[in-house]
Amino acid sequence: MAYSDKVVDHYNHPRNVGTLDKSAAEVGTGLVGAPECGDVMRLQIRVNPETNVIEDAKFKTFGCGSAIASSSLATEWVKGKTIDEAMAITNTDIVKELALPPVKIHCSVLAEDAIRAAIGDWKKKNNVAETATVAAAH
Amino acid sequence: MSNEMSNNGVVVSESSAPLPAGVTLPIYMDNHATTPIDPRVLDAMLPYFGKVFGNAASRNHVFGWEAEQAVEKAREQIAKLIGATSKEIIFTSGATESNNLAIKGIAEMYRERGNHIITQVTEHKAVLDTCKKLEKQGYRVTYLPVQADGLIDLEDLKRAIDDKTILVSIMYANNEIGVIQPIAEIGKLCHEKGVIFHTDAVQAVGKIPVDVQKDNIDVLSLSGHKIYGPKGVGALYVRRRNPRVQISEQINGGGHERGMRSGTLNVPGIVGLGMACEISGQEMETEAKREKELRDYMKAKFEKALDYVHVNGNMDHHLPGNLNMSFVYVEGESLLMGINDIAVSSGSACTSATLEPSYVLKALGLGDDVAHSSIRFGLGRFNTKADVDYVSDKVIDVVSKLRELSPLYEMVKEGIDLSKIEWAAH
Repeated sequence: MAYSDKVVDHYNHPRNVGTLDKSAAEVGTGLVGAPECGDVMRLQIRVNPETNVIEDAKFKTFGCGSAIASSSLATEWVKGKTIDEAMAITNTDIVKELALPPVKIHCSVLAEDAIRAAIGDWKKKNNVAETATVAAAH
Repeated sequence: MSNEMSNNGVVVSESSAPLPAGVTLPIYMDNHATTPIDPRVLDAMLPYFGKVFGNAASRNHVFGWEAEQAVEKAREQIAKLIGATSKEIIFTSGATESNNLAIKGIAEMYRERGNHIITQVTEHKAVLDTCKKLEKQGYRVTYLPVQADGLIDLEDLKRAIDDKTILVSIMYANNEIGVIQPIAEIGKLCHEKGVIFHTDAVQAVGKIPVDVQKDNIDVLSLSGHKIYGPKGVGALYVRRRNPRVQISEQINGGGHERGMRSGTLNVPGIVGLGMACEISGQEMETEAKREKELRDYMKAKFEKALDYVHVNGNMDHHLPGNLNMSFVYVEGESLLMGINDIAVSSGSACTSATLEPSYVLKALGLGDDVAHSSIRFGLGRFNTKADVDYVSDKVIDVVSKLRELSPLYEMVKEGIDLSKIEWAAH
């Protein structure tokens, strides 16, 4: 099975690998997937409480090259976006950008889930109500 | 482990370090899937693609006689390797056909005596799917479990045999985890109970001593392309005496191979298979020792450099060239992607629609997560120490990098029990 150049690039040079302090109030952590399915993604964001802008994002992923690339790309995309803008990222955007084949679409779904889980965690910590746009997005 | 898993087809970025002496990329280390043809085998075959083209069944002219002579020589070469007589060798298109012919042919022939077949869960699909088909036709099949080391429990087999059992089919050595079953004991038990014993010996023949007499084998499948011979040719050994085994033919036609397998013989392929058997027999002792040393050396390197690695399958009853290793907390397909100048196989099946990892590894009781992290290294005749050094260094490097990326590895290092986490299965 051939990977696209972009997947290979993210695999060889993953962006934003690392760990943020998950106990910090401004940090949201999303841990999605399951080891027995062969994919676990952890995506973390640090949000500026004044502006709601995601100032930093980090990830670690256990999974195939497409899963690594999807989560690496997700951190690149959420950085600099507001929470609402980040919520608008969908798995189909990721599929398109990375040219994922049909068998790898679940990797992009997982990356979308990871973004939403990280934002959800941050909102919970900071008592931010789930907005209508968020509810409708799923 | 499907073959498409063994190469991800990615162009590797040029490594900055110069290649060590004696290493040519890509390195082939997937010799359980298939083996490269030995040049001596190819040389033996070539005339039979050209000048010596006769039909071995043509009885009335020299073209036929020459072909027949070549076929009979190959039959001798094969028989010698496994302690059989040449009349007990039937040529087929490969081990899948041999397994089908053996199991279906015996089931059909002995239907009046009974309808029960015993096999085990880590067999190749050529055996398992054949048995499943027979189940639909009214046969009863017992699939014995294996122990955590991959070996069957002889007590389980003893208990499974009943008065309707006609056939036991247990593989000699496993294609994924390399474990060698207690074949002689299984055969002895079958003979005591008057049950026919078939073994799929594709991975064992030519690699370790196989003797149908000492091992009490009645029917045995073997293949050319696993022993540095050509693809598309295999054989079935069918015992002629003590006891005489009969097989219902599954392909009808000209009555070739004593009626058991019609079809014009693949003379060049058969010549290649014969030569491959002869060479394997001559070189087995030194080659097995060499491969085992390389295998143990590679295993020791992994165990020294990395934590959370373990081997799969009993290492005391093991094919010399096989190493199946789990690099826990690293997903197998991502590991293969990082070593794409090396051909090995992964226990992960991430590209398949089911996302199911290897059924063989799962039968050992490995969790899906560990099965996803497993790599099969298949050393062969043409692998060198330099190959092994290159492969092990590269695997260690990529595993280390991927563990830096692995949230599971980080969590375990922090002392978190992964089994206590409520994972959202997807």
